[in-house]
Amino acid sequence: MKLLTHNLLTSHVRGLRPGGGYPLGIQATEVKLSPVDFNAQFVARMVPKVQWAALLQAAQSLGHGSDLPPEPAPGYESDEDFLRRLHHVLLEVEVVEGILRCPDSGHEFPITKGIPNMLLAEEET
Amino acid sequence: MAGGRYLLLLAQEHLDFRLAEIKSLLSLCGGRFSNQQEIHVNSPFWILDISSEEMTRELMKRTVCAKSIFELWGHGKSAEELYTSLKNYPVERMLPYLQSDSTYKIGIHTFNKTLTQVEKIRKIDALEFLPFGGKVNLKKPEHVFWILEDYGMDPNNIPEDPLHLYFGRWIADGQRELIESYSVKRRHFIGNTSMDACLSFIMANHARVKANDVVFDPFVGTGGLLISAAHFGAYVYGTDIDYNTIHGLGKASRKNQKWRGPDENIRANLRQYGLEKYYLDALVSDASTPIWRKGMLFDAVITDPPYGIREATRRTGSQKEISKSTEKSTENHVFVSSNYHLSDIFFDLLKFSAEYLVMGGRLVYWLPIYRPEYTEEIIPQHPCLKLISNCEQMLSSHTSRRLLTMEKVKEFKDQDQYSHLLDSQYMPYKGHNSFRDKYFSGVTKRIAKEEDDNQK
Repeated sequence: MKLLTHNLLTSHVRGLRPGGGYPLGIQATEVKLSPVDFNAQFVARMVPKVQWAALLQAAQSLGHGSDLPPEPAPGYESDEDFLRRLHHVLLEVEVVEGILRCPDSGHEFPITKGIPNMLLAEEET
Repeated sequence: MAGGRYLLLLAQEHLDFRLAEIKSLLSLCGGRFSNQQEIHVNSPFWILDISSEEMTRELMKRTVCAKSIFELWGHGKSAEELYTSLKNYPVERMLPYLQSDSTYKIGIHTFNKTLTQVEKIRKIDALEFLPFGGKVNLKKPEHVFWILEDYGMDPNNIPEDPLHLYFGRWIADGQRELIESYSVKRRHFIGNTSMDACLSFIMANHARVKANDVVFDPFVGTGGLLISAAHFGAYVYGTDIDYNTIHGLGKASRKNQKWRGPDENIRANLRQYGLEKYYLDALVSDASTPIWRKGMLFDAVITDPPYGIREATRRTGSQKEISKSTEKSTENHVFVSSNYHLSDIFFDLLKFSAEYLVMGGRLVYWLPIYRPEYTEEIIPQHPCLKLISNCEQMLSSHTSRRLLTMEKVKEFKDQDQYSHLLDSQYMPYKGHNSFRDKYFSGVTKRIAKEEDDNQK
């Protein structure tokens, strides 16, 4: 699971208050770094889609938080250094084994071989 | 380079899908589908007005429906009409390609007839009146010209003379070679219902996928639709309710192969084609309960939902049934069960797309149809989505599937606003819930008849 993905995921356990399922907490037992070709335009496109605070928190929990500024600075589209750091955090850091935890309910979604399993039993949806 | 009239030569397959593909691609390239003369949609020859040569090249970099495009210099219903038309074509537009220091070649292409070499040469020689200044080079000419002759659509009734003739300068070929290079026959990871390569590319084109898009398939299976999107530079997500398929486990779909190998999963498929950098993630998830935070996250949703015939339609439900296909995997992964009615799948899919697509983003999906009962009214609708095209592919005498393309034209507000529309007005497809039964009723009748015939 890449951190870009984590930033877009939410828990949908039944009965949560609005926003109570986001962001999912990450508890990783295995993390891998996989090189991905850098594409500045794609990374720049992702900046507005990303919830920055959640990204920082997730990156920090995996030991990669120090690479990123507290906020994207104006003019980030042409700041290659910033875009490369963001590229690394969003696309190259992968959780291979671990758990995603719903903040409000505590429900755990397992990540196995890099693939999160987001299924819930009916009672929970 | 200024635009003008172009002749598009199309391949004679997937006829119903071609117009939508070409229109979508022209709009993707910043143009518009425009024709001064009537297009015969089933003919391989279309004359289009395109505003620049650059745009025609952009079109050909994407299309799998069209073989080639030519700058049209003349055409007519007879050789005489063609020659007259050529004499009326502005010489200043011809001259750049007829210079004495250039090389050229003239070929002849006939549709629905085969000519002898002698006949071909005679027809080419008849164009001597054109002011060709350069030298003929059959191996590596700078400019290639073609005579194209249309002998009609009936292979049992081929006329002596062509019904229509065209002459043009070849500009570019389309992407039909992708059909072979991405063929499912050679793909590492396939499923029972993997989409054929040509249709996958057609779907990506109907969806107007472009580089740096984020594309999502909520019924991803083995990821065939993501491969075409990635080929055009999109970054891709897929989800599926089936744990084994997402993980690439379980029984193989290939004849002579029992179990899936370690290199069979969506990511490996992308890697096979050098597209791994476009892989974002695959997740196990139930399409009826989205896992994404609210927002306009996706540029396109491209999918082939289950019809309930060869793959099961499922969603998480209350019966705890152990999934049958887990011999290799011991993980208990799906609380399978409640019948996911077909109409619910499409309702959820449209609602999802309305909410999560960017404005102008497209949903492209297949809708299974029981032909005896089909009317346009059953096509699912949503107030935020506009229907762009509806293309049919026959499956059997009484069933087909339709490729529907919808575009988000209105922002999604509070979902409660639409919940009262849950019913009939927007989802008359409910009648097709028994698609599975209707599909099989035809099969059962046929089997019963065969048994009857055998007993006679």
